[in-house]
Amino acid sequence: MSVTSPQSRVWWKEPVEKVELIWVVVAFAWGIFMFVFMVAWHFIGRQNLSNETYRVAPSAFEKKAEDFAKKYQAREEDGVPVVKPPAGADVYLLGRTFQWWPILELEKGQSYRIHLSSLDLQHGFSLQPTNINIQVHPGLEHIITLTPTADGTFGIICNEYCGLGHHTMTGKIYVTQKKVAEGGAVATAAAKIGEAK
Amino acid sequence: MTSIDVASAGPLPRKTEFRQCQYTGLKVDIAAQTLIKVNAVAAVVFLAIGGLFGLLVALTRWPAVHLLSSEMFYLVLTAHGADVLVFWIVFFEVAVLYFASAVLLNCRLAAPKLAWVAFVLMVVGALVANVAVLQGESSVMFTSYPPLMAKPHFYLGLIVFAVGALLAVALFFATLVIAKDEKTYEGSIPLVTFGALTAAIIAVFTLASGAIILIPTFLWSVGLIGNIDPLMYKAIWWGFGHSSQQINVAAHISIWYMIGALLVGAKPLSEKVSRTAFLMYILFLQLASAHHLLAEPGMSSEWKILNTSYMMYLAVMASMIHGLTVPGAIEAAQRRNGYTHGAFEWLRKAPWGNPAFSGMFLSLILFGFLGGISGVTLGTEQLNVLMHNTIYVPGHFHATVVAGTTLAFMAATYIVLPLIFQREVILPGLARWQPYLFGIGAAGISLFMMGAGTLGVSRRHWDITFSDASISFQHSASAFLMMGLNGISALIATLGGVLFVVIVVGTVLFGQKVGPGHKLTFPLHAAGPEAVTHHGAEEAPKLTGTAILVAVFFICFVLYYFVNWKYLADLWLFR
Repeated sequence: MSVTSPQSRVWWKEPVEKVELIWVVVAFAWGIFMFVFMVAWHFIGRQNLSNETYRVAPSAFEKKAEDFAKKYQAREEDGVPVVKPPAGADVYLLGRTFQWWPILELEKGQSYRIHLSSLDLQHGFSLQPTNINIQVHPGLEHIITLTPTADGTFGIICNEYCGLGHHTMTGKIYVTQKKVAEGGAVATAAAKIGEAK
Repeated sequence: MTSIDVASAGPLPRKTEFRQCQYTGLKVDIAAQTLIKVNAVAAVVFLAIGGLFGLLVALTRWPAVHLLSSEMFYLVLTAHGADVLVFWIVFFEVAVLYFASAVLLNCRLAAPKLAWVAFVLMVVGALVANVAVLQGESSVMFTSYPPLMAKPHFYLGLIVFAVGALLAVALFFATLVIAKDEKTYEGSIPLVTFGALTAAIIAVFTLASGAIILIPTFLWSVGLIGNIDPLMYKAIWWGFGHSSQQINVAAHISIWYMIGALLVGAKPLSEKVSRTAFLMYILFLQLASAHHLLAEPGMSSEWKILNTSYMMYLAVMASMIHGLTVPGAIEAAQRRNGYTHGAFEWLRKAPWGNPAFSGMFLSLILFGFLGGISGVTLGTEQLNVLMHNTIYVPGHFHATVVAGTTLAFMAATYIVLPLIFQREVILPGLARWQPYLFGIGAAGISLFMMGAGTLGVSRRHWDITFSDASISFQHSASAFLMMGLNGISALIATLGGVLFVVIVVGTVLFGQKVGPGHKLTFPLHAAGPEAVTHHGAEEAPKLTGTAILVAVFFICFVLYYFVNWKYLADLWLFR
């Protein structure tokens, strides 16, 4: 048989079927919609990953995190400081093999400027069970304004492979109820933490 | 071209031996045939090895089984990635390239001796990388993100493999030039060859990106370079890592068209639309690799949105087009074959007992519904934060690479065995079931990993109970259930995979030789050869069934997309 002459040499002049044409238009319009929605979410949505990033030497970041922890330390858990920064504060959270440090205690409904960086390898900040996942690089300080919307105890796991102890790398964030007035609410919040522990 | 001929056979062009295929009438260059065989065999060997590693990974991540130690787990996971994601796929793609050029164009293969050099380089590279991983000090995962460092021969193996693959791709281009020169075909190249050509062009970019980043990384691992910037590494590495999967997409879509043509006589609905869709892959897919950096610091939202919308959505559009034109072409052909009742008689009466057809159609459905929809969702700037580095990600790419590409390549193998190896497929009864077993297993793996990822389970993680961690964390019971179901699905897929390897190896070694006048167990359609080697569109087809299928697909797509925005809106606030 071999190759016989093609049926239509000028295939680029053949008409396009209607169903195909409709589908092409639908697919294109959907692509445009998804594009617009992604841009629109920056205006209507309240979950947008910050772009604020600075180069930082790992040792300099470690120093900042240690100063931060010393300044606002509330207590200690198994040798790890539990740090309770005031609302709106700059908060430092560092990743290193194999730990997220320090433990944070935040208030529900308050915003914090979280500075994320790594001291050694790449790590994955994965807040659970909320399921917020952000890549963390050594040498890059990523600043995210975070507002907890639920109270309770949250785990941070590492979801970027960082060596043989990767699965032991965890951290913790406590979120307490917002203080309504001095006294009552604080006591409830403290009791809650006691339970969680 | 002369220079290559000179290199292979001295001043005179080599004397080419051809045979004529009794089923398709195509002239088959014996040298090309042998090279297709060896590349296909190497592919299946790496599929078997990598698949076994995959089973071990799944059994370790099944909390009730938790098979391997942590060290072995990370080692085996690295090997699994390299063996199936790169070696199995690329060896098979080289076979596809030689087939789509030399065989489909009735042409001799350019410089078969160089093709052997390419093959040897690829085998050596793949072996060296495997040895490096199995020695235990290169458990850096397939992505090998610095500052994590592997042993130098891990990178070297990958580089040597890439050089071999690049040479094979060059010979594909050279063969196209020879075919045009020697006028072995008329007009334009057939659509299947055109699809393979797009795969080859993407491969050049991909392998070049791999070389650009892996060569300095290799130099860094031997101490000649002080530092590799992790973010730069990622940006370039994904030009290799993701684009290599776009080679797969272009290759397996070409195979969808090929199988549709050979088994039911399907002609493209419109050459223009299908070819433009292939062309869009070349233009846009590479930049879409940026969606791997959506959860990264140091990249602006504008950069992320531009690359994942303008670039990716145009590539997505191309896939959506193939998603209509492939089943559409099959529907049109089946209606011509006499199956005209209702919306779906054409599909019901399709050759479902032929593993090449069932594998191809399952690949089409699973790739679109599971892989495509999850991929777009995952590649949306904000939604990515919900799933970045969770096991949702492997869930997505097992739908594209296992249920999509691997299943399509398996389906193609059932055609390659009788036509190129000239052996009758053994155990036809089991072969009929093989694509279903593998497809259901692969679909299960994808779905349950995506489910677990939505619940926050991390990828590449040995212990989701965190028993050795200083600060404990407890995943939900449903997350554990998902990982268990993933394990069970992996067993089903393994059964399908083992069956495939047994059938292929058994057929190659012991299958009945296909002599003149032999009637194939899984026959081709009478109009198949013409449909696959020519161009020209289907005329005025009625496509009710396909229209319904794509409408269902589109509704699923839109619903799933918005469900994820709802999930996102429930998260803590961040900006």
